[in-house]
Amino acid sequence: MILRLLVVTFAVLCGIGASDGPTKTLRFAAQGGLNSLDPYALNETFSQGTLANVMEGLIKRDENLKIVPGLAERWEQLDAKHWRFHLRRGVRFHDGAPFTADDVVFSAERARGPNSQIRGRIPADAQVVKVDDYTVDFILTAPNPILNYEWETWLIFSKSWAEANGAVHVQPASATALNPSALKANGTGPFMIASHEPGTRTVFKRNPNWWGKTQHNLSEVVLQAIPADATRVAALLSGDLDLIDPVPVQDVERIRQSEIADALVKPELRTMFLNMDSFRDELLYSNVKGKNPFKDARVRKALYQAIDIETIKTKIMRGMSQPTPLMISPLLFPLAGEFHRWPYDVASARRLMAEAGYADGFELGMDCPNDRYVNDEEICQAVAAMLSRIGVRVKLNVMPKAKYFEKIGPKRYDSSFNLLGWTPSSLESYGVLTNTVRCRDAEGRGGTFNFGGYCNPHIDALLNSILVEDDMAKRNELIAEAFRLLHHDVGTIPLHQQSLAWGVSRKINVLQRADNQVRFEKIWMQ
Amino acid sequence: MLAFAIRRLFEALMVMLAVALIAFALFRYVGDPVNQMVGQDATLADRAELRRHLGLDDPVIVQFGRFVSHAVRFDFGISYQLKQSVTGMIAERFPATFELALAAALFAVVFGIPMGVYTGIYRDSWLSKVFLTVSLIGISLPTFLIGILLIYLFAVKLGWFSSFGRGEVITVGFWRTGLLTISGLKALVLPAITLGLFQMTLITRLVRAEMLEVLRTDYIKFARARGLSDRAINFGHALRNTLVPVITIIGLQLGLIIAFAIITESVFQWPGMGLMFIQAVQNADIPVMAAYLLLVAFLFVLINLIVDLVYVRIDPRIRIYSKGTG
Repeated sequence: MILRLLVVTFAVLCGIGASDGPTKTLRFAAQGGLNSLDPYALNETFSQGTLANVMEGLIKRDENLKIVPGLAERWEQLDAKHWRFHLRRGVRFHDGAPFTADDVVFSAERARGPNSQIRGRIPADAQVVKVDDYTVDFILTAPNPILNYEWETWLIFSKSWAEANGAVHVQPASATALNPSALKANGTGPFMIASHEPGTRTVFKRNPNWWGKTQHNLSEVVLQAIPADATRVAALLSGDLDLIDPVPVQDVERIRQSEIADALVKPELRTMFLNMDSFRDELLYSNVKGKNPFKDARVRKALYQAIDIETIKTKIMRGMSQPTPLMISPLLFPLAGEFHRWPYDVASARRLMAEAGYADGFELGMDCPNDRYVNDEEICQAVAAMLSRIGVRVKLNVMPKAKYFEKIGPKRYDSSFNLLGWTPSSLESYGVLTNTVRCRDAEGRGGTFNFGGYCNPHIDALLNSILVEDDMAKRNELIAEAFRLLHHDVGTIPLHQQSLAWGVSRKINVLQRADNQVRFEKIWMQ
Repeated sequence: MLAFAIRRLFEALMVMLAVALIAFALFRYVGDPVNQMVGQDATLADRAELRRHLGLDDPVIVQFGRFVSHAVRFDFGISYQLKQSVTGMIAERFPATFELALAAALFAVVFGIPMGVYTGIYRDSWLSKVFLTVSLIGISLPTFLIGILLIYLFAVKLGWFSSFGRGEVITVGFWRTGLLTISGLKALVLPAITLGLFQMTLITRLVRAEMLEVLRTDYIKFARARGLSDRAINFGHALRNTLVPVITIIGLQLGLIIAFAIITESVFQWPGMGLMFIQAVQNADIPVMAAYLLLVAFLFVLINLIVDLVYVRIDPRIRIYSKGTG
């Protein structure tokens, strides 16, 4: 298998030199490579976003993340629980098979079947019904106004190909034998897989028969994994690469000064925030015994107001962050404008601490990752220093992500104060709130990723209504109400949206999406 | 001789078993692999199921037993991250590391020994002082800094070499080599220097010290008195007698070069085993880590064995003594 792969790779490498006509090869490096080419096997932005160049969903999103038609030409809601999708005609998979309703029904079953990591994309109890070859109905048991929000990365499989290649079911994450579909992909997208070495290097070539209007001039894309930041940047500056993602914030200026490369910076969707343990009756890693100061909203607000977010922005993030009062990017919530951060005010914070009976502050253990988010460790150090001004003496415990999530995550939740980032995979607020703010128990039932264990029954009640509210305006108002409660009760401390930064050769034009997905189909190379 | 080799192989097995056991005891502290395998939205039930499937809930000793029973059949399991057989991954990446290590060792020997001899013979010449200063830099700067400096100078500023990767490779049988293409050879230069610089300075200083020692001995004086040429004395007699410790060091260093190519490989994005290992550590990919540690232990034992055998060839005294005692 591996040998064959090598031979193919070699053949492709030779092919580059041999083919005639100008070939435009985009050399692209990211922190990691693609592993499995089965998009249902891992629910992670980079893999999903990159595979979306090869396979396509029923909808797409444009560069402003607005929903536009994909493999479905149009759709309508017959009633609150009944959606009808009209499929695009004349589309073919890379192997030549035509795209029809059978493929959609099959993909819906596969996505909800055993071992799928993307089950959340389609409600488990929804019926997916083929009406004719180019019409599919989704019949739901409860109204769901955001049914198709995540469908850009629910990538459609060819039924016949999956059956022929033993890919009817997703390979379990614990598999001991390789499923051939993990090394191949057959989609309808503008690019095809030419060769694939898991985790290292993937070569994409242009699909000449793509149904869409071609807006790129690439003949080929070579994706390589380069985890070391300095190496990735040096390779861009020496002209060995055309596109790198991400650029460390400290290198952005240097790249901008270069003659052959530039840096593109844009606020990302991920929101960084701090969790305070208001779940336990006695705070861990503290000198406060027998009670938990974080059960008092005044203490939580004092910590919030003691953090100088502008200094974090200018000194640590070098201007490349967007301070936020909300748990979601303002791009994804129309009513975000009414919210403002509690002001940075040390005097007010001290007063709140005194009112709560902690005029002398207390000791607090803080957990922080050092390889997960942009400048994560530095942010925690700054927060620790800032909190010392109101007498909160932080003992910082920094660790790599593999250790970090084991410690602070389910089921241990072994943390009093921690830093977390959350990307709304559904691109709207409900997913964020239900995962990170909904009440949970000690085992993690409920809001599993609510790492502070904050619990507000009013917010939970609102979430239950949001889930089934069909009217978008009313739904947004309910969400705003939940955010208001969270803000006033200071359930979490939102910090900022970090920036995504790409390094690009001055030879190419590329549109940067806020969800950090790279679409080759919009890249133009001189 | 055969008994000697068999005894050594038995020792090797013991060493590897010990390494594996220690590694397994430590794996409990590397973090949770499951979190790295699923998306952020995966449910608790899915995670628990996966953990049970992988056998991570079993006691360490059970996991260890399972690992050893598979390892004796050269089955090191499937990488959690890449879903590939670990044996296959190592076979695919070993050539890259081996070629890099070999090039680095060659660089170290080819430059280190002559520089050592020269500085030993002409102690006070200005060139000796230059060599010693260079070797001081090589021994005191950390590898990753040297790598970054070389990339900055020769790839970014001068554009002579590529800044990362292995260039074009050609597959010969199961071995994927970069030694047969121009771009492959060019890609080898900077990482080999980075990796070999420390070893080169070590060899220079060792050979110099040994030369100074040997040149003071009586038989060198007698050789001079007999009127032998400088060349015959320096290379025929002096250098030859310095070589036993030098070969030991080179042998052990070759093991070190392979084992610690990790840093050089990650700076230059060299697609070898070190890079694979560092990525496995970040993702708590236990099967890959276990297999790598075992392989490194095996290499060390193997190299020690070879060094012992080479000794016997070079220094007849060892042959005589080992006969006497064994």
